[in-house]
Amino acid sequence: MNSIILSALLGVLMMFSGAFVKRTTLSKYFAFVGLAGLFASSVYELIARQPFFHIDVHDMVHTNNFNLAFIAIVLGCTLIYFLLNGSEIEKVGAHVSEYYALIFFILCGISIAATFNTLLMLFIGIEIVSIPLYILTGSDKRNLKSNEAALKYFLMGAFSTGIMLMGIAFIYGGNPNASFFIHNLEIGSGKMPVMIAVGLVFLLVSMSFKVSAAPFHFWTPDVYDGAPTVFTSFMSTIVKVAGFFAFIRLFESAFGVVQNQWQSLVLFITAATLIIGNVTAVFQQSVKRMLAYSSIAQAGFMMLAIFALNNKAKEGILLYSAAYSLATIGIFAILTKMKDYTIDGFNGLAKEQPLLGFAGLIFLLSLTGIPLTAGFQSKFFMLMAAIETGHHYWIAVLAVLLAAVSAYYYFRVIQAIYFKEPSPEGVVSGKLSSVYKLTLILTVILIIIIGIYPELIIGWLYS
Amino acid sequence: MDIKAYIALSLTLFTIGLIGVLVRRNAIIIFMCIELMLNAVNLLLVAFSKMHAASPAVKALPTYASDAQVFVFFIMVVAAAEVSVGLAIIVMMYRNIHSVDVNFLNRLKH
Repeated sequence: MNSIILSALLGVLMMFSGAFVKRTTLSKYFAFVGLAGLFASSVYELIARQPFFHIDVHDMVHTNNFNLAFIAIVLGCTLIYFLLNGSEIEKVGAHVSEYYALIFFILCGISIAATFNTLLMLFIGIEIVSIPLYILTGSDKRNLKSNEAALKYFLMGAFSTGIMLMGIAFIYGGNPNASFFIHNLEIGSGKMPVMIAVGLVFLLVSMSFKVSAAPFHFWTPDVYDGAPTVFTSFMSTIVKVAGFFAFIRLFESAFGVVQNQWQSLVLFITAATLIIGNVTAVFQQSVKRMLAYSSIAQAGFMMLAIFALNNKAKEGILLYSAAYSLATIGIFAILTKMKDYTIDGFNGLAKEQPLLGFAGLIFLLSLTGIPLTAGFQSKFFMLMAAIETGHHYWIAVLAVLLAAVSAYYYFRVIQAIYFKEPSPEGVVSGKLSSVYKLTLILTVILIIIIGIYPELIIGWLYS
Repeated sequence: MDIKAYIALSLTLFTIGLIGVLVRRNAIIIFMCIELMLNAVNLLLVAFSKMHAASPAVKALPTYASDAQVFVFFIMVVAAAEVSVGLAIIVMMYRNIHSVDVNFLNRLKH
């Protein structure tokens, strides 16, 4: 509740500060302080279970340990994102405080999408996330690739919204209670009524679009490649895990009772996402595009949580959100400092900038899922959740095999960082601020700590 | 009228919109087709609302199946917000390449 209201207020404040404050660094600090306060308030709500505001929302949003912990994780990752990318956001264009305002609106949408209790709030939450993202994608106005990415993202996003709304309409029609509340659908555990089944398939397709699961992933590489790199970093991590969280919440609360009837559909999507994401990433030369495909591959792992929908899956998705977001934000933060975005551009990074090289090593190891990193724990929990369902073991085997494929394209970058000679013109452009370096070290430490003590995150589920 | 007629009508509109999105190349027309899809949903929601309102079980509820009609207003508002952003993106593209043809969108594939 805190995060919904405060982030919306902060977004409006940032817009006004854009009109009255001319110095961009000032709005950067303002945004950072605001986000730190937002994070603190969400942690307070998680610990005290008492929001600052008591608003009668007629149970349209519902908070519990699971989604409060998720919101706290998302806000914490955004804090690290701000610290690492503050100077890069300034480089995108002149409207710095507006970019921050849009990010705050997205955070508001994420909070709604994580706590929704009716299909109406799901729709509004997802739209509040999507619409500012279209603007951020196109924020590099003179760049044709950015234009193209924005248009493509917008058309695909609006299209999938239409499909989602059709699904919601059918579910409403099939629900004898005539309500949009997800716990009030009266599906029963028998065979689903036709209208509910049609609505479920529509919703499954549109949510797969939003989280870029195959076969609805085709827009992802182009959009992630075309958008300004700082914003790609934001939307491939924080926005994507929020989409997954809404996906899980919807399918667990609304359709959990008839899981056996849609599980094979999700199984197909999971397998396709894993295979297409991992295999296509192998052939990429540009690291940015490789990371776009790797985000599809990681989405395949997160789909395992929707396939399993048990307690381990809940623990797993919290861990995965943190591990995947931290590592990907980190590797994107290194990428933004590079002169050349191809894999060859990383040649000899460790010789020129040992800190960046080492941080990149840890981030890539975590994305691969090497033990002692957070990525290992999160993949481990996902596989455990899939195995605990007691059937369809082949999906876990497939996931492990494709994680081995992913080692190929992640390790190619590590090889370039450590075992190649740097080009004479230098690898990194510009100077690195001390804030940037310290945050990078902090992120590495966080990844290793979560890798050793995953209870630090999982524990919040049961406190 | 029977609810099936409404479902058929709105599914027809929805499918016209869907096919339009897939086959047309002009960004503005694609955009109009998406709006058509949203309006098909609006029609269906209102029809379902009336259908539910006729059933005795729902008559006892305080909301009296009016949720769907409120939902329609939300869809209209969100669609308006989407139009404002979407048209801005299309105008931005037009300024750069003097065309609104989405075939241009294949430049990123390599």
